[in-house]
Amino acid sequence: MSENTVVLGERENVEDEFLEKVNFIEIPLSRMAKEVGSPLYLNTVAAGVIAGLFYADIEVLEEYLRKRFASKGEKVVDRNIEAAIKGYKLGRTLCEEGIVGVEVSRDRSVKDEILLSGTEAVALGALAGGMNFLSFYPMSPSTGVAVFLAQHAEDFEIIVEQVEDEISAINMALGAWFAGARAMVTTSGGGFALMTEAISLAGMAENPVVIHLAQRPSPATGLPTRTMQGDLNLALHAGHGEFPRIILAPGSIEEAFYLTAEAFNLADKYQVPVIVMTDEYLVDTYYNIPDIELDRIKVEKYIVEAEEDYKRYKLTEDGISPRAIPGYGKGIIVANGNEHDEYGDITEDGELSRLMQEKRAIKKLETIKKNAKLPKLVGDKNAKYLVIGWGSTYYVIKDALEQLNRDDVAFLHFSWVYPLRDDIKELFDGKVLIDIEGNVTAQFAQLLKKEIGVNVSYKILKYDGRPFSVEEILDALKEVLE
Amino acid sequence: MNLNPKIFESKRPGSQDVAWCPGCGNFGIRNILMNALAELGLTPQEVVIISGIGQAAKMPHYINVHGYHTLHGRAIPIATAVKASNPELTVIAEGGDGDMYAEGGNHLLHAIRRNPDITVLIHDNQIYGLTKGQASPTTMLGMKTPTQPWGVFEEPFNPIALAIALNASFVARTFMGYFKESVEIIKKAIRHKGLAIVDILHPCVSFNKVNTYQWYREHTYWMEDHDPYNREDAFKRAIESDPLPLGIFYINERPTFEEMSPAYKRNKMPLWKREPKIEEIKKILDSKRRF
Repeated sequence: MSENTVVLGERENVEDEFLEKVNFIEIPLSRMAKEVGSPLYLNTVAAGVIAGLFYADIEVLEEYLRKRFASKGEKVVDRNIEAAIKGYKLGRTLCEEGIVGVEVSRDRSVKDEILLSGTEAVALGALAGGMNFLSFYPMSPSTGVAVFLAQHAEDFEIIVEQVEDEISAINMALGAWFAGARAMVTTSGGGFALMTEAISLAGMAENPVVIHLAQRPSPATGLPTRTMQGDLNLALHAGHGEFPRIILAPGSIEEAFYLTAEAFNLADKYQVPVIVMTDEYLVDTYYNIPDIELDRIKVEKYIVEAEEDYKRYKLTEDGISPRAIPGYGKGIIVANGNEHDEYGDITEDGELSRLMQEKRAIKKLETIKKNAKLPKLVGDKNAKYLVIGWGSTYYVIKDALEQLNRDDVAFLHFSWVYPLRDDIKELFDGKVLIDIEGNVTAQFAQLLKKEIGVNVSYKILKYDGRPFSVEEILDALKEVLE
Repeated sequence: MNLNPKIFESKRPGSQDVAWCPGCGNFGIRNILMNALAELGLTPQEVVIISGIGQAAKMPHYINVHGYHTLHGRAIPIATAVKASNPELTVIAEGGDGDMYAEGGNHLLHAIRRNPDITVLIHDNQIYGLTKGQASPTTMLGMKTPTQPWGVFEEPFNPIALAIALNASFVARTFMGYFKESVEIIKKAIRHKGLAIVDILHPCVSFNKVNTYQWYREHTYWMEDHDPYNREDAFKRAIESDPLPLGIFYINERPTFEEMSPAYKRNKMPLWKREPKIEEIKKILDSKRRF
């Protein structure tokens, strides 16, 4: 909050230290709500105040309230509208009397834009990517994706099942993929922790799976309703043994859509766990975007028909064995979480064990690496300073750099987090690196060091459970830049 | 129609090296299963066995049907999803008493509630064979093992009573020493629409010296005058402990998980054949253009 911030509210609900820092305008929200009939209407009064401040169409708000509360009966609808109007009038008065000055001009060009949340973007992206099976156990902030998909399950003719625990959720997803479906689980850190056994099975059995991991601050139950980028190491190392995985972390709501869709092709192609990492900040944020280009999504299927002598784990040059599924073709498919021969039967053979380990952990990883996406560079590639970020911090860092307005500072954003291509090393050569991430130990900087041997010079870290603000990043950057 | 169990014998090279001990009850169960599948007229391509971990869970390697040898206790959720993703397949979840009743206990409880149309075969030898003889949830009171040297004092798990208490769809027990009867029970279990649980008693010749072939013959009997549609009677039979009743305890016909799923309300196609509904996504996006 800056000195220009205006806070409207009731004095008894604001801590003293804040009162000095902001422009505080007292409005009697509780009293107004009670006048309508119950303190329950407080939220609607407040929404009305905001609509009034911005000179919004009150009809639009009324129409929304009518829809929102239709199921609760006419009386509830009427009272809410009454509350909204009451607040709206107050908002207008505050402006007209010059107490609050909000100057917004109407931007007609956004009229046809889409208002989307990160949650909806992940869910719709999954559907566009051909997802037809979702198993989950509720955990904030990942549950929204399941709620959205459950509500649309009938239209999309998909399976959405709330199961007994996260262990069951991910095992079901593995079973669904084994039978040819495109399955996802949606979870958060604690749930993901429980899934690690099955992630290891996915690695060994080369069973594709897509996991949406919406981060919140941990360890354990942490701060259940707040945000952090603290689970990267968990995602990187989840599961026992050595096997590849792909970690994606969308930087924006748009990207959450496209990357989640893409996750299904990647899982299908490489037969590995693909983890889409968001966080509370991204999934609970709403903003308008021009449109979603559905034509950009191509569903690529890699399932093959099983021939008579089918070998599920055929040794190949690139480490990818053609994947057949039960019910398609004459061959028999045997998948296995034990070390196996090419048919999938258990083996203790030393030579075969060695070849299978290499197939998964080296050959397949190399194939994925070669095809990995490059990070996105914002700014001049010759800039002296390079800011590094991953996941949901994209816009806030970008905005801070725009305000900073310096040619010698560029930004490299990673939404393809792992595995990293070897050739990205040159992007860092001779630059002063500034790592910005929302955790306490700079997990992404650690990853860069381990994978490509680069060291960051400065770290800007936030780990109080709150998202970065543009101002914070700006201030922190000013401190480290010459 | 195929009636030859030989088509279920695997010719894969890895299948020839069987890890079960000579005389192990698992051989008998494999024979029973192959005969049941053949008599039902199924082909290897139509059947999937999902197994957990343990000697019983090695079944997918010693038989010619689709298989997935998974993790300890996790066969049921995986099998549930296989069936839900492709209802055209005949899906069997297979594992031992430790697999299904200990590590996988929670999944079993909730599978009973969910009622997928799968068959759960539990090879119940009342011991952990793979890990060399520790007590399992069904080990009898007082039995001494290397890890329970003082003798088991925990109340043995009663899977039959539990399943009936939860109103399971199909609950049966057999002893693999009775070949023909076991084939019939497994055929009925597979044919049953909904979750079918068959507890299959069998000896572990290496690590359970108490519950031998002879012990099971002497301590079991076939229910002859039992109505499996009567839950109360089923429960009374279920809590009999010596001799143990064999046969179908309980049948409760109710809708299956797949039937109830919105995925199959109008569309019967397996999920792998489906394409994303881009039109529906467009509709949702359009609805987001205002407000």
